[in-house]
Amino acid sequence: MSDQNPLVSLKNAGVCRDGRWLVRGVDLSIAHSEIVTLIGPNGSGKSTTAKMVLDIIQPDEGSRKNRTDLHVGYVPQRIEVDWTLPLTVERFMSITVNLSAKEIDANLELTSVLHLKKAEIRNLSGGELQRVLLARAIARKPNLLVLDEPVQGVDFSGEILLYELIGEIRDELQCGILLISHDLHVVMAATDRVICLNGHVCCQGTPSAVAESMEYKHLFGERALGALAVYQHAHDHQHLPDGTVLHADGSITEHCHPEDGHHHDHENQEEKPNA
Amino acid sequence: MLDDFFIRALIAGFGIALVTGPLGCFVVWRRLSYFGDTLAHSAVLGVSLGLFLAINITAAVFFVALMISILLIFLQKSGGLASDALLGLLSHSSLALGLVAIAFMSWVRIDLQALLFGDILSVSKFDVGIVWIGGLGVLSVLLFIWRQLFAATVNEELAHAEGMNPDRANMIFMVLMALIIAISMKIVGVLLITALLIIPAATARRIASSPEQMAVLSSFIGIVAVGGGLFSSLTWDTPSGPSIVVMALVLFVLTLFPVVRLLRSRQEG
Repeated sequence: MSDQNPLVSLKNAGVCRDGRWLVRGVDLSIAHSEIVTLIGPNGSGKSTTAKMVLDIIQPDEGSRKNRTDLHVGYVPQRIEVDWTLPLTVERFMSITVNLSAKEIDANLELTSVLHLKKAEIRNLSGGELQRVLLARAIARKPNLLVLDEPVQGVDFSGEILLYELIGEIRDELQCGILLISHDLHVVMAATDRVICLNGHVCCQGTPSAVAESMEYKHLFGERALGALAVYQHAHDHQHLPDGTVLHADGSITEHCHPEDGHHHDHENQEEKPNA
Repeated sequence: MLDDFFIRALIAGFGIALVTGPLGCFVVWRRLSYFGDTLAHSAVLGVSLGLFLAINITAAVFFVALMISILLIFLQKSGGLASDALLGLLSHSSLALGLVAIAFMSWVRIDLQALLFGDILSVSKFDVGIVWIGGLGVLSVLLFIWRQLFAATVNEELAHAEGMNPDRANMIFMVLMALIIAISMKIVGVLLITALLIIPAATARRIASSPEQMAVLSSFIGIVAVGGGLFSSLTWDTPSGPSIVVMALVLFVLTLFPVVRLLRSRQEG
């Protein structure tokens, strides 16, 4: 891994809004050809972190760096197109970059939605829209692809297919991929690194293959083996429903930030990817 | 030819419709019709300021509309009231302030009806020049920022993430809105400018199958509405602004008939 020169990196980055830290102390880097999965419950700062990576919001503390040749393709969680806007899939493909008719067809073909070329965006189903969004992002030939909960609203077999597709895209474009997921336990198998957020980086590590766990094997079936993996969390603390934090030593504190005086067990971080 | 007041009004009106077409599409797509109304109402304050300082009225209207949009952005960012309440506040208070200020200036006589509903009799050669120079200026800037503004309209974060500058595009769009309101006020009138932005665009939407097509059609429909409206204004001595808007409405209603729907489905199929 070319960690010396990552595409984007955040160092101790945090975002503060109205006196509240949405997320804090995030260290994250994405290199060429690397897949990083960002997981965490709702409101844990996943989207905020992704927006820092994308330079949509600037960190209030810490810093962000990117390579000068960074070229982003972004797959937002969803887009809402008003009835008043006549927007076909074909036209949507080239909203941020000029594409030839051939390029449009080729990329729609790649995500198997070429037959929807003349369809209006607002009439697509959730799964179709995801594939169109993905086709549009990769048509830009990005070296960093950011996907915000791409499997949300997609059924289980669709999820496996989508993960397989993302893996293929990585192999073909050799781009770095940042994947945001709300699923805390099941992640894409090809993921090089999982980062678990809850207002800060709770833990990070590599996923273990589904095959190693018989339980999941039964649960997911053969097809899932290649695409999905299980992530074991290694937290030394627990986030309680009322927002307080229960630590391994039994103490309860108001917040859970690096500055609050507790330290994480980062042993997982050193693990090498299985693949 | 330009010596005839009607020809002058017609040429100026066509110039306005040409620009309000594509600009109006963005107003509709971004749900900014109330914002357009607010800027238009602030034109009354602009007129009174122009009269008070004895400066060019069009420039004063542009300046006040711009100030109002900057104030709006500032108030939205600082939180508190919801956007629609803020717009209502700014819209009606600037209208009221303008009317009160005009009433205080006892030394000026102003035709309030002409201000609110437009007056084709008052269009001078100078006005025609302003409309076309300003209008072509607005149109070329709009063409220049089209991709950026359109991407920001579809999804602001996507535009931002992929290296565009939606904030700048939005700011430029606001300036263009203020400009078009300043230059079209005299013909359409303060109260009905937004109609010329919205109705042709809404009509075009029923026929168009791409955003660019909708923008061009919208201009064309606006031009027909202006032509028809001004002719009826001349024929029946009705105020020009409302006549144009009624004509635009007639065109919109026409697209509701099944024939047009049939045409459209054939085009798509």
